[in-house]
Amino acid sequence: MALKIVKGSIDRMFDKNLQDLVRGIRNHKEDEAKYISTCIDEIKQELKQDNIAVKANAVCKLTYLQMLGYDVSWAAFNIVEVMSSSKFTYKRIGYLAASQCFHESTDVIMLTTNQIRKDLSSPNQYDTGVALTGLSCFVTPDLARDLANDIMTLMSHTKPYIRKKAVLIMYKVFLKYPESLRPAFPRLKEKLEDPDPGVQSAAVNVICELARRNPKNYLSLAPLFFKLMTSSTNNWVLIKIIKLFGALTPLEPRLGKKLIEPLTNLIHSTSAMSLLYECVNTVIAVLISLSSGMPNHSASIQLCVQKLRILIEDSDQNLKYLGLLAMSKILKTHPKSVQSHKDLILQCLDDKDESIRLRALDLLYGMVSKKNLMEIVKKLMLHVDKAEGTTYRDELLTKIIDICSQSNYQYITNFEWYISILVELTRLEGTRHGHLIASQMLDVAIRVRAIRVFAVAQMATLLDNAHLLTGNMQRMGICEVLYAAAWICGEFSEHLENPMQTLEAMLRPKVATLPGHIQAVYVQNAAKLFATVLKNQEGNTDSTAAQETSQLMIDRLPLFVQSANLEVQERASCILQLVKYIQKLQQKDVEVAEEVCALFAGELNPVAPKAQKKVPVPEGLDLDAWINEPPSESESEDEQPKAIFAKEEPKHSRPRHTEVDEKELARRREARKQEQANNPFYIKASPSSQKAYQEAPGVEHIPVVQIDLSVPLKVPGLPMSDQYVKLEEERRQKERADKKKKEKKKRKEKRSGRGRKHDSGPESEEDITPAHMVDIVTEEMPENALPSDDDDKDPNDPHKALDIDLDKPLADSEKLPVRAHRAAEAPKSPAEDGEAENAASQEPKKKSSKEKREKKKDKDRDRKKSKEEKKKKKHKHEEKGEDLLGGQADEPVVQSEETNEVAALPTSTSAEVSDLDFWLSNAPVPSNTQEAATVAEAAPVPEAASGTAPDSEPEEPKDTEMEETKSSKHKKKKQKKEKEEKEKKKKKKHHHHHHHSDGGGEESVQNGTVEEEEPLPPMSNYCLLAENSYIKMVYDIQGNLQDGSQVVVSVIFENKCDSFLKSMEFNVLDSLNSKLQRPEGSGPHDGLTVPFQLPPGVSNEARFVFTVQSIVMPQKLKGTLTFIVKNEDSSTHEKLDFKLHFTCTSYLITTPCYSDAFAKLLESGDLKCSSVRLEGVIMPFHHLLARICFHHHFSVVERIDSCASMYSRSIQGHHVCLLVKTSGQTVSIDAKCDEPTLLGNVLDEIKQTFSQC
Amino acid sequence: MIKAILIFNNHGKPRLIRFYQYFAEDMQQQIIRETFHLVSKRDDNVCNFLEGGSLIGGSDYKLIYRHYATLYFVFCVDSSESELGILDLIQVFVETLDKCFENVCELDLIFHMDKVHYILQEVVMGGMVLETNMNEIVAQVEVQNRMEKSEVSLFLDR
Repeated sequence: MALKIVKGSIDRMFDKNLQDLVRGIRNHKEDEAKYISTCIDEIKQELKQDNIAVKANAVCKLTYLQMLGYDVSWAAFNIVEVMSSSKFTYKRIGYLAASQCFHESTDVIMLTTNQIRKDLSSPNQYDTGVALTGLSCFVTPDLARDLANDIMTLMSHTKPYIRKKAVLIMYKVFLKYPESLRPAFPRLKEKLEDPDPGVQSAAVNVICELARRNPKNYLSLAPLFFKLMTSSTNNWVLIKIIKLFGALTPLEPRLGKKLIEPLTNLIHSTSAMSLLYECVNTVIAVLISLSSGMPNHSASIQLCVQKLRILIEDSDQNLKYLGLLAMSKILKTHPKSVQSHKDLILQCLDDKDESIRLRALDLLYGMVSKKNLMEIVKKLMLHVDKAEGTTYRDELLTKIIDICSQSNYQYITNFEWYISILVELTRLEGTRHGHLIASQMLDVAIRVRAIRVFAVAQMATLLDNAHLLTGNMQRMGICEVLYAAAWICGEFSEHLENPMQTLEAMLRPKVATLPGHIQAVYVQNAAKLFATVLKNQEGNTDSTAAQETSQLMIDRLPLFVQSANLEVQERASCILQLVKYIQKLQQKDVEVAEEVCALFAGELNPVAPKAQKKVPVPEGLDLDAWINEPPSESESEDEQPKAIFAKEEPKHSRPRHTEVDEKELARRREARKQEQANNPFYIKASPSSQKAYQEAPGVEHIPVVQIDLSVPLKVPGLPMSDQYVKLEEERRQKERADKKKKEKKKRKEKRSGRGRKHDSGPESEEDITPAHMVDIVTEEMPENALPSDDDDKDPNDPHKALDIDLDKPLADSEKLPVRAHRAAEAPKSPAEDGEAENAASQEPKKKSSKEKREKKKDKDRDRKKSKEEKKKKKHKHEEKGEDLLGGQADEPVVQSEETNEVAALPTSTSAEVSDLDFWLSNAPVPSNTQEAATVAEAAPVPEAASGTAPDSEPEEPKDTEMEETKSSKHKKKKQKKEKEEKEKKKKKKHHHHHHHSDGGGEESVQNGTVEEEEPLPPMSNYCLLAENSYIKMVYDIQGNLQDGSQVVVSVIFENKCDSFLKSMEFNVLDSLNSKLQRPEGSGPHDGLTVPFQLPPGVSNEARFVFTVQSIVMPQKLKGTLTFIVKNEDSSTHEKLDFKLHFTCTSYLITTPCYSDAFAKLLESGDLKCSSVRLEGVIMPFHHLLARICFHHHFSVVERIDSCASMYSRSIQGHHVCLLVKTSGQTVSIDAKCDEPTLLGNVLDEIKQTFSQC
Repeated sequence: MIKAILIFNNHGKPRLIRFYQYFAEDMQQQIIRETFHLVSKRDDNVCNFLEGGSLIGGSDYKLIYRHYATLYFVFCVDSSESELGILDLIQVFVETLDKCFENVCELDLIFHMDKVHYILQEVVMGGMVLETNMNEIVAQVEVQNRMEKSEVSLFLDR
């Protein structure tokens, strides 16, 4: 053995370590990949060795290579091996590697459950810490389910270092295993008031993260958080809480009212920018939630805006950015207050920092009005020209369109201007947003009737100059615009000045280079144009012109018939045949124009997005039911009916006339018209929309400002849109002048002289009238559309599962799965668990191929299934036993009060709600004297607030106070002398409890926050059970949290020989008091099969459940282990006798207890006293305490210098309290318990522990 | 929540990567490249927040970074984290590194990636901020290093 180690360490010296690897890679810059691949080969060799140090070194190097992008999942098993090393150094390496490369589908994860559980309960807090950290990265639903209970126990660990980690990881557990949320929540909530600021901060962190996704479930915590907010001085905690309030206020406006004042105070007082910023943010959220403002709210808004202005003006770019970000939130509800800072925001558009420019752009969106839209867009257009980098320019483009189109083109007074802006935007080099411009053009042209003439003219120019857009390949994105242009020209061709010219432009050979879907539109709309042209020409009585047009079509269309694009080809050949037919008719001098036009008659109405979705399903129609017999499976596979429907997706902008034959269409149209006319509920978009079916455009009556329609694409010198800005200004001026005149007239009539102010003042919004009658057609919605708007929610959000009501009392069925006697009883999910166990036991065999494992799985499952059925009855029984967890979860609360008044617990929902209501109904800030004092330190609270409403303090503290006075009366009767001393201390404790948040250097530490100078010696509770040359058994006994009559004995079996051990059977001779739980149906003397086999050198753990009746006395049980030793050639039957020692300690469960509750317990007078003295104890006091905690399952309630109070509880609910004092080498322990026999035995055992060391 | 922590140098070479959400290795490298691309072209005098980075998360996510000499420290966080808070946290982390390595420089990170990870583990756990008090972090790291040392010496003694 020793030789092996020496050899190992020598090997190690020659191995490359991480540093050598890094150095090597740096020295092989030329052929890095090659070098690394040789290194990986070396690592593979190292992993094959037995020496764990070599393996750990190899795994460490793999972690580095993983960072460089190498997949190291092949070494997952080795990583697990290193993780399970008993040495912290290696364990840490293993866990690090696992956290870097394990994920949910890593199959070896299921082997780790037991190892992690072992590490979690390790006596060394850093083993536990490392396991928690690792687990937080790769926790899976299975791990979460199996370990939830263990982690929950750790939330009450004596070390704050472990507590805070356990609290944090619970969030991950909740995500993976939502059922754990309700059972664990009471304890989590309790951690909000943990004496350690780190733990407190972790709890706040977790609850904030939970509440952010499902705020309504956490509203009842508002009073608690409010208290924390006014008392905490930790900026991290404050920020989190304030952010949380930001999420809660929208749900409860009254909460907002309560918050405004403390938040405003914080804003005034804090020097931390981060805190200031979050306060401003939450105040904004509050203001948003308060629809009808309180009188002084404008002051709050002013304060926020003013603070934000300071941020934006700051030279620190970060503050500037955040200021703009917050400003945009105010904008939504209080645009007026932001608009006054327009100068500042426009200034930010020129900032060199892109992030800031983008934020400023966002703000502009909300700042436009009818008055300034043109001005702002003009400025943006300038930026578009200047902008370098396509991303920012694209962003500008989308912003311009967003700004203009927002709320149904609310701010656009002149659509001609808008169309010209859109046309200008098409000149952008290499933008990706051609489709966006196109859809805007379509939308405006369709919905704004009055603009069509203008739009059509512009689009015709665009089509004419199409070569400019398609000039080089870089501009392909923009050619989408042609799609819109072609469609608009075709659809509204009656407005075209020169349809023939446009028709020619659309049939140019160059068009064939455009993308297919655009060509298709070209072809279709060429046909529409053709119809219009024919109509015009036939009116002229010159038949040759009409025939020439047909000839043009016939000449040009074959180009498209050859197109590779199916759509283009189909449409082209269809239309070509049609034109040929028309030509024939023309040659016979038949008038065809009328009929051809009828092909494209009618108008498309815009349909609202999601309209299809909102059509209600008629009553009695089951869309999921089969209409015919379902087809056989094989058929449905090749059919793929989905594809058929996908194609039919309605897209309102695409012309679809040809799809239905004309007659049918006319008939349907007629029918629909009838129906609409008779239906009083049909929302008629505008009176003119009914006219749409006639050929006459019906726009003549709309007054249109005269403008030169032959504007070229680009006016030299002056961008086109500017003309409209000028025009518009002139128009407005004229309007204003008119108004003035009118007013003057009025004034003259009234002969009053104070109207002057009016002229010079800025024109108000209403004064601006649109340039022409804009008739925006509203989008069609189906009749009785469903108002629901919940189609944005993501069904895959993992947080959906966490939307759980937390105020409801825990039901009996809700509990965490507890580590149970897996071998004998069917666990809750037998398949996986059993498999994990089995797989774990087979680890060393490694070679077993996947297939084998697969088979085994199946077998296991089958076996387990039958077992499960057998054990159903037993299972039920066990569940009953576990019901206690409901109480267990909020144990510390219950403990402190159950003796006095259990009814006071705020468990029922209604009580919680009314509590909240009560709390909220007190508008002034709640504060008792203590709080006021704390607050005064943090922020100067106005005097008035602190005194006014002392009874608005949340209920709980008051209760405790009352109880204290009650109990103090009680106590005076008994044990006066001793109590006096205690009383003093209690006061001290009380003092500490309330002031812990102040930080400061206090001497006393609560709940085990023992600052350790030196690490504790490693401790283990496992003690030897029996040993022979084949096998060694060590065991530990733990009380079962859920069942007062059960203890779990964990036995680790270690194979010491070179042979295979199998068929192990564990049997115990039951006594009257203690019985081994055997599976249903087996006799009282049958043994239990150990659920694994042991290859040489391997150890594994099994658990056995015992029922005990009385726990006041220690007990010994005799037992035997039988097993078969299998060599290559022979197998022998062996047995090993042992004695299981059930100490009284093993019936105790580590239970945290707060000093208040502890004091109350002592005062209650129900406890019997006893004491013991230990002489010659040479160890630091904190070691002594740690030993008691560890070996005897106590927790430190409070420690002051060399005196500590400790607490524990038996599985049957006996309280055990200790007061440990040390002076020199003498330790005296005064103890109290409600069961003297138990106490005596526990003390004996403690004495025993220390006599051994 | 913090979704990822990336440390790379001025040339985009990763020095530490820590994803709190699973990405395959090639995706991780792509994210590093893209993040480097986004961050490296920014001047030192612009703000330390960055939207976009289409690879990680959506609009809810932000990149918050600091540039120290040759190294970029980039945190990808969602909206539940305070932006300025995370900037402070990066500062705390770097100061902690400085204390643990005594005048930390890029070489320390290159050769002791594992140690940097162990320090980071005391600051951030599973994507959530664990500890912000530098003294506490340093204390915990040191205790663990001492444990490691004692184990090694034990090992050599035998």
